[in-house]
Amino acid sequence: MEISLTINGMLKTVDVEDENTPLLWIVRDLLDLKGTKFGCGKAACGACTLHVNDEAVRSCSYPVKFVDGKKVTTIEGLGDRENPHPVQQAWIEEIVPQCGYCQPGFMMATAALLNKVPNPTDEDIDNNIINVCRCGTYYRMRKAIHRAAKLQAEINTNETKEI
Amino acid sequence: MGDKSSGAKKVSRRKFLVRGGLGTIGVLAIGTYIFRNAIRREILGTVNSLEMPYTDNTDQPMVWFEVTSENNIVLHSPKMEMGQGAFTGIAQMAADELSVSMQQIQVVHAASSTGNVDSFATGGSTSISGLWQPLRELSAMLRMMLLKEASQKLNIDVTQLQIDDGVISGTGKSLTYAQVAEGVKNWEVPDTPKLKSLKEYKYVGKPIARVDLDAKVFGDPIFGMDAQMPDMLYGAVIRPTKIGSIFVSADIATAENMPGVVKIVVEEDFVGVVAKSMIEAENAKNAINVTWDSYKDLNTEAITKIITVGNGKSTIIQKNGDSLNEEGDLVRLEFRTPIGAHAQIEPNGVVASVDGDSAIVKISTQVVGITRKEVAKRLGLDTDKVNIIPTYLGGGFGRRLHTPHAVQAAVMSKAVGKPVKYFFSRKEEFQHDMFRPPTHHVIKGKLNADGLLHGLEHEFVSGDVGNNSALIPNFLPPIIGADVGAIRGGFIQYSGIPNFKAVYWHVDLPFATSWWRSLGLLANTFAMESFMDEMALKANKNAVEFRLQQIADDAIGVRLKNVIKAAAEKANYSEEIINGRAMGFAASIDANTPCAQVAEVSIIDNEIIVHKVTVSLDPGLAVNPDQIRAQCEGCVIMGMSAVLYEQMFVEDGELTPTIYGPYQMALMKNAPKEIDVVLLQGKDTPGAVGEPPLGPIAAAIANAVRRLTGERLTELPLKLSKLTV
Repeated sequence: MEISLTINGMLKTVDVEDENTPLLWIVRDLLDLKGTKFGCGKAACGACTLHVNDEAVRSCSYPVKFVDGKKVTTIEGLGDRENPHPVQQAWIEEIVPQCGYCQPGFMMATAALLNKVPNPTDEDIDNNIINVCRCGTYYRMRKAIHRAAKLQAEINTNETKEI
Repeated sequence: MGDKSSGAKKVSRRKFLVRGGLGTIGVLAIGTYIFRNAIRREILGTVNSLEMPYTDNTDQPMVWFEVTSENNIVLHSPKMEMGQGAFTGIAQMAADELSVSMQQIQVVHAASSTGNVDSFATGGSTSISGLWQPLRELSAMLRMMLLKEASQKLNIDVTQLQIDDGVISGTGKSLTYAQVAEGVKNWEVPDTPKLKSLKEYKYVGKPIARVDLDAKVFGDPIFGMDAQMPDMLYGAVIRPTKIGSIFVSADIATAENMPGVVKIVVEEDFVGVVAKSMIEAENAKNAINVTWDSYKDLNTEAITKIITVGNGKSTIIQKNGDSLNEEGDLVRLEFRTPIGAHAQIEPNGVVASVDGDSAIVKISTQVVGITRKEVAKRLGLDTDKVNIIPTYLGGGFGRRLHTPHAVQAAVMSKAVGKPVKYFFSRKEEFQHDMFRPPTHHVIKGKLNADGLLHGLEHEFVSGDVGNNSALIPNFLPPIIGADVGAIRGGFIQYSGIPNFKAVYWHVDLPFATSWWRSLGLLANTFAMESFMDEMALKANKNAVEFRLQQIADDAIGVRLKNVIKAAAEKANYSEEIINGRAMGFAASIDANTPCAQVAEVSIIDNEIIVHKVTVSLDPGLAVNPDQIRAQCEGCVIMGMSAVLYEQMFVEDGELTPTIYGPYQMALMKNAPKEIDVVLLQGKDTPGAVGEPPLGPIAAAIANAVRRLTGERLTELPLKLSKLTV
């Protein structure tokens, strides 16, 4: 089955034998984007979180057939070293990662949260950021999420001014 | 427990070779070190204060540095980066002694082909403390070599030269390190030069951002799971679900003919599938019917029965004064901790390529040397024919001190003549973990007329931690009589008590237990510091004062007192319940690093909520204070996760649960909103950091709950009884 998707802004067509193959493996092995991680395969840890049409999705349990014609964004497409996404910028400023393995999933989940709730309260964070981090970086992540909200608000303000 | 500094190590029998290479100018600094086996040197009583030095017992040359044509230094690290920040501290130490900027240092994992293979492991909170002296000496030596060479090339006396960010200059002329190194055939190797003073360091001691920060924020493919090789196939290994299963036979007929299957590999000790894709390998694996023999129908109750003080063989690991008798007002409490899983998010995975008489293995491992040895042995190769290429670790926590999957991948690769990648499923991770062993503790104490402890005795039993591990030589346990890992934190640290005793009991469990970050420290400190709190209450004394009054004024005692005072002061420690919140206090010493913590806890909707934790740590000299803070924060959260939620069960012979969620762990909503860290410096060299802060957290929380509810919780994970809420 052929599936067309826009991955990190680029239109791609992938040929898959089984349309129920989890999106994670298409992204990692076919599209060779390794930033999205395998943690549990059962949507229980969130390491594989990416965006489908700007919504956070746990890609290890998301059949690839559902992304046909849709927009998929991974950590590689969220931002880069030259133009980091506010979430990535905040992660850098708070020096969040330890082992780093779960962090792309958390950053993708955070970016999706900020799209919906631009200035999340601690309660919003508690209810929406439900991935697992074994190193215990939650304390810095919470600070980084608040910081990212501020950075994003500043960008939005500046953009408004320019108009 | 003495304050044994590990700063006296000297670089010995050093030699520096020069080698040209693609993209490098080719200075390769090579040296060997005196082998100092810390475990053999310090038996028993001081094991608790042990700081493992960086050890190496090989005569082989070791590659440490390369100077690149861009005038950068590539530093090949024998210590792995698993989140603990080792690479950053290593870069800081080397940059300062090499007189280059942080941006000019690139730290990479040393492949075993560099010879720079750690004979111990990345573990035991030893990376920075162990490399502190030798790495700075090697860096200084390289700087001197470059300086002397520059002196000849520029025809300027060494004393007239200065170095700034890898550029040597004097009397208007200058050369970069890269220019100096170019074309040099014979290097003059100096004696170990005098190291710079701490004041001269630009980076050591500063809260420099992690060197791997960008790679981890932008999703670079740096982990073992991300490793690939050209033409790679995918493997899967069939694992039993029941404890104690022995492989009998496998029916592979169906699987052999399934799509994508290249080969079914049947060995004496495992059955593996190699297929063109990961999913095809998994499908074929599921179609193989394996017969396992002699599984035992075990349950948690049976394990608990085994883990009971009085079973097995006992060893007195510490004794002072007289034993306690049963007369008078003897307090006796029992504590239990459960089986714990590592639950690191990156599953164990590996890519191996065996080609004729050599092998390449890419893997996230904490034991490069052991991984290499085991692969070489199984394939019948010399160790120098096996190149282990380590990757970043998606969490270590002790889980990656065992790498039999490297052997399995290598065997599968040899069978098909192509590289094979394979990794554990999450269920396999949970069922085939090398677990944190369950423990049981019996503690007795008696107060004197002044309300201080007349005597204190700790007897405890644990599954293996160090015993039966490839890291601990087989001859050692019979000599020591105790498991060097299980006894961590099991000693009496209140050296002012006149009579005390600690006794370790050894039993065998039917499943593998092993190293879990901080080893015995978490369980032992939970029991000991909960008991201390109970005795303080009985003595009607402030918990902090009660502790301070019973610590002797030796070096480690003074440092312990200082962290206790600092934590109490910083947290404004009080025994009043304010707004429904109580404070719990606890302290510990691990690997010569004392730590004290205050947990602020309340009970909301029958749940224990940890609002704030204050940590006071004395790690000695802080090479990177920010990374030490990060380790404290991480230990508090990983610790509270184990204290409040985590527990493996044995049901019908199977270890369970096998997925996150049912294996409950701390999430964002559970983590304290405030973690306040105070760092003290009670000695002038760096000490252990990555594990010691896991000591106090369990008792700190339990002691706060005791003050809120009146109930002494004696089992992890802490659960409120219906009566108290």
